[in-house]
Amino acid sequence: MSFAVSILEQGLIYGILALGIYITYKILDFPDLTVDGSFPLGAAVTALMITKGANPYLTLPVAFAAGVAAGICTGLIHVKCKVRDLLSGIIMMTALWTINLRVAGTANVPLFSQKTIFKNDTLDKLVPSGFSAYSTLLIILIIALIVKIILDLYLNTKSGYLLRAVGDNDKLVTAMAKDEGNVKILGLAIANGLCSLAGCIFCQEERVFEISSGTGAMVIGLASVIIGTSIFKKISFVKTTTAVLIGSIIYKACVAIALKNFEPQDMKLITAVLFLVILVLSMERKKKVKKNAGA
Amino acid sequence: MLELRNIHKYYNPGTVNEMCLFEDFNLTINQGEFVSVVGSNGSGKTSMLNIICGSIPVESGQILIDGKDITRVKEYKRNQKIGRVYQNPSMGTCPSMTILENMSLADNKGRFYGLGRGTNKARIDYYREQLAQLGLGLEDKLHVKVGSLSGGQRQAMALLMSTMTPIEFLILDEHTAALDPKTAELIMELTDKIVKEKNLTTVMVTHNLRYAVEYGNRLIMMHQGHCVMDKAGKEKEDTSIDEILTMFNEISIECGN
Repeated sequence: MSFAVSILEQGLIYGILALGIYITYKILDFPDLTVDGSFPLGAAVTALMITKGANPYLTLPVAFAAGVAAGICTGLIHVKCKVRDLLSGIIMMTALWTINLRVAGTANVPLFSQKTIFKNDTLDKLVPSGFSAYSTLLIILIIALIVKIILDLYLNTKSGYLLRAVGDNDKLVTAMAKDEGNVKILGLAIANGLCSLAGCIFCQEERVFEISSGTGAMVIGLASVIIGTSIFKKISFVKTTTAVLIGSIIYKACVAIALKNFEPQDMKLITAVLFLVILVLSMERKKKVKKNAGA
Repeated sequence: MLELRNIHKYYNPGTVNEMCLFEDFNLTINQGEFVSVVGSNGSGKTSMLNIICGSIPVESGQILIDGKDITRVKEYKRNQKIGRVYQNPSMGTCPSMTILENMSLADNKGRFYGLGRGTNKARIDYYREQLAQLGLGLEDKLHVKVGSLSGGQRQAMALLMSTMTPIEFLILDEHTAALDPKTAELIMELTDKIVKEKNLTTVMVTHNLRYAVEYGNRLIMMHQGHCVMDKAGKEKEDTSIDEILTMFNEISIECGN
């Protein structure tokens, strides 16, 4: 049971990250590697605030804001300095490594004895003792759902329409008398805000800040997006954001099951192979669809 | 009124491939004119449109709208008053968004795209009405993604979307070239109707000489960055396709092709 709970917890936390990557990869069509830095950025900000004794719930908006700032930087590098999308992300990811170390102080900050959003006095009073094993999952679920619903609402606003248009056809955004560059920056800001928020929750759940926690975050998020969107492609009533969250849980389950039979140091290889399999499978589907359409 | 004054445009400036397209090019388009532009490939038709819209910079010269210099104004800002339809039908719409979402997006052109509801429910009937006049049955497919429509349907939508808000200039860049003859005819008729209804100043580049003669009230033929023919009003009405074709052949022979 605790195995399943931990998969759901991890899946939903990385689901928030995947929602961010869904914005850059699917909506903006921008391969954004900033994620590998903005995920631990959220964690670093959180570690700093919590060790300084700040209210743990305050870490959520602050981490989001930090991610937004990182996203804006990537956007400015890409749009104003005209650096290629992939390189802009790599530049910010590299820069963030140092920034994260500076913010957190060291490469490893334990938070075992500190108050977090999952363990504090108010919560201890509220949650019945028999339920405490699930309280972490419940809190993560609530946050993930709130993020998902707000994102759904946002994508149906005027600003959201413009964001969806820019990845699809940036000429149209220009035709609507709007600067496409600014819309891209906005998208990157929201996406990295979400990634940083995921990092914030992750670090409180794990009760430790690790500088290397962001390595491969992009791959995990991307795999989740691809799993989610290819499974639910045919089912139109499932919103893409829901599909992405479920995709993330499925991905974490696959990794957890694989890890049961392997050593922890095999983790990255398993991740890579899994990602490759998912990519190839989703391409296979596309090919079939094309063939059918041609016949 | 739209004016191009002493435009100089070079491609690949400063390299061995430097090519001069416009040397002291001048053109004035008056309020309410519907100008058809014809000319061989490479004569500068599309470049002229790009210069008007601000998609490409000029080396020197001025672009004026109603006497106001817009040479340094960015493309997206100029689009406040300009609507443009491209040759490629997918350039004017968003394929992954529905017809309704595309219409709503276009309806808000030039205004602030904030956190208000993307689609104004009160406007849906208006969108339906607008789509119905196309006669393509799109009004019953409001929730269908534009990506699954045919090229002709998309181009009709692109035309509708680019003229939905009050604009002053309509720029048509071979907008019927990628369509089959019947759909092209339909789009041309629709264009003429919209231009007359909204009294838009229009510049249309076309390779179809018949359209150039039949539609609009001014005809320009371009060759190597110059206007070699410019007929307006009565003079244009009296021009036949044969006359244009003869002129076309003459300039082609000069070129040696």
